[in-house]
Amino acid sequence: MKIQQISLFVENKPGHLTAPARLLAEEGIDIRSLYLADTQQFGIVRMIVSDWQKAAGILEAHGFVVKVTDVLAVEVANHPGGLAEILVALDGIGINIEYMYAFPYACADKAILIFRFAGLDAAIERLQAAGINLVTSDELLR
Amino acid sequence: MIADGVAAGCHPASVPDYAPLPELRALQLQRLQAVVTLAWSQVKHFRDRMNEQGIAPEAIRSLEDIAKLPFTVKSDLRDTYPFGLFASPMKDVVRLHVSSGTTGKPIVVAYTQKDVDVWTSVLVRCFAGCGLHRGDIMQIAYGYGLFTGGLGAHYGAEGLGATVVPTSGGNADRQIMLMKDFGVTAMCCTPTYFLHLIDRAAALGVDLKELPLRAGVFGAEPWTESMRRHIEKMSNIEAFDIYGLSEIIGPGVGCECRQHQGLHIFEDHFYPEIIDPESGAPLPDGSEGELVLTTLSKQAMPMIRYRTRDITQIMTGQCACGRTLRRIGRIGRRSDDMLIIRGVNVFPSQVESALLQIEGVLPHYQILLTREQGLDQMEVRVEVTPRMFNDKIGALQELHQKMQSALDHVLGIRVRVTLAEANSIERSEGKAKRVIDRRPA
Repeated sequence: MKIQQISLFVENKPGHLTAPARLLAEEGIDIRSLYLADTQQFGIVRMIVSDWQKAAGILEAHGFVVKVTDVLAVEVANHPGGLAEILVALDGIGINIEYMYAFPYACADKAILIFRFAGLDAAIERLQAAGINLVTSDELLR
Repeated sequence: MIADGVAAGCHPASVPDYAPLPELRALQLQRLQAVVTLAWSQVKHFRDRMNEQGIAPEAIRSLEDIAKLPFTVKSDLRDTYPFGLFASPMKDVVRLHVSSGTTGKPIVVAYTQKDVDVWTSVLVRCFAGCGLHRGDIMQIAYGYGLFTGGLGAHYGAEGLGATVVPTSGGNADRQIMLMKDFGVTAMCCTPTYFLHLIDRAAALGVDLKELPLRAGVFGAEPWTESMRRHIEKMSNIEAFDIYGLSEIIGPGVGCECRQHQGLHIFEDHFYPEIIDPESGAPLPDGSEGELVLTTLSKQAMPMIRYRTRDITQIMTGQCACGRTLRRIGRIGRRSDDMLIIRGVNVFPSQVESALLQIEGVLPHYQILLTREQGLDQMEVRVEVTPRMFNDKIGALQELHQKMQSALDHVLGIRVRVTLAEANSIERSEGKAKRVIDRRPA
């Protein structure tokens, strides 16, 4: 159920995203999703890539500080109310969403929500009980 | 007794500046013997050090014998923090000042009432030597408080009989307004702060050259002849270099006279030596080396052969002003890695101890010094290690904030902390270059 996301520290300066992007390109690694969380001074690049082990290895070998984090990929219908349905399912059990981001999936009639939870296993249990589809790594990267 | 050659009408406090040399040397020896006896009998640290060298106070029979005494270094003050070097009981201590140490712990210096009086008297002699007197209006823009600069200069200016405007540091616009409205004739601050005031005054449309301001007594950091020329040209004042350090007394250890040929050391209170910073061997007057000072009259916290780490020379020959006091050349550099930022002493080791405190391991870091609007700016770049990195922005911001607080706390000045990418700090032979100083000379 869990998906491996890689995160990368970058300074918030022009051109600082180029080197990691080029490294991944050279190794034929596909970036399925990328989200940049930024402050005035620095940013965190979070990526779902086609081969996280290879990507993390290459980036680390080139001196980048990389972190691999377990996240959840939740499938949601791409229509009004899709997100609310998921959040309602999580309500009342005190699971905090550390962060989340979304991207379109399949033929854009669906979307994927990437969640990082403070209590990942509890969230999995809860979402599955509510009949919400959790996308596996294999499905996502197919 | 007033010696021949004393400038007619000199300030009464300046009389010792002109003492005949045999009298001065005899006074110095008598005071040296007394202070060594005091340190030996009252301060365990000094007694232990002298015992290690097998020397007793009676061994000091001439001024040259001072070389037999052990040195005191800054870390001795840290190691005996807070009161380990005091030679007077606390009931006789009337003032404590605090200055930065080389790591997390600050250093404490103490004064009896007599020490404060001596301090005031040497500052009066500094200011009198700069041609200032009763009737002058002196603005003191050194920081007041734990730093010795503000209060030291304050009491000196009052002792001189001047009118004192105790503005302390900061708020340049108000400084300029008061200078103008009060007709201030002399300014005491760091030279870089005065540069800032020059720029600010220009921006405010105030022409410093039109004001009654005629002198500036600048110290607490090294500055250059080219800075003096710039200051004098832009403000039409006479700029004086003043020297001092908290460990000895604060500002007022030495000061330029109107000849501007080196700084007279008030050697009836502070005995200067120059040593080879490597071997510790004494060097003759005229040779460049590290300045070592011994307090000859201090009661609360005598200093025996304190290594200042300031590189200078004792100048030979007598000054045209007629003072018999020896002079040191202007301080241009130091023999250690101490940085002076806005007049405050900062050691890279302090930055290390603050960073270590947070992470437990020392990340690669770099100190970047620049000057913006006449004020020194210090940036500490810290490389993000895998251990520090977190994919949550809040966690990194929290880490950043912790580093900021720890550095502000340890250094006592505001610094800018920047998180940097791994391996982004240039290394030579595997070691990062710790300090990049881009401040113009």
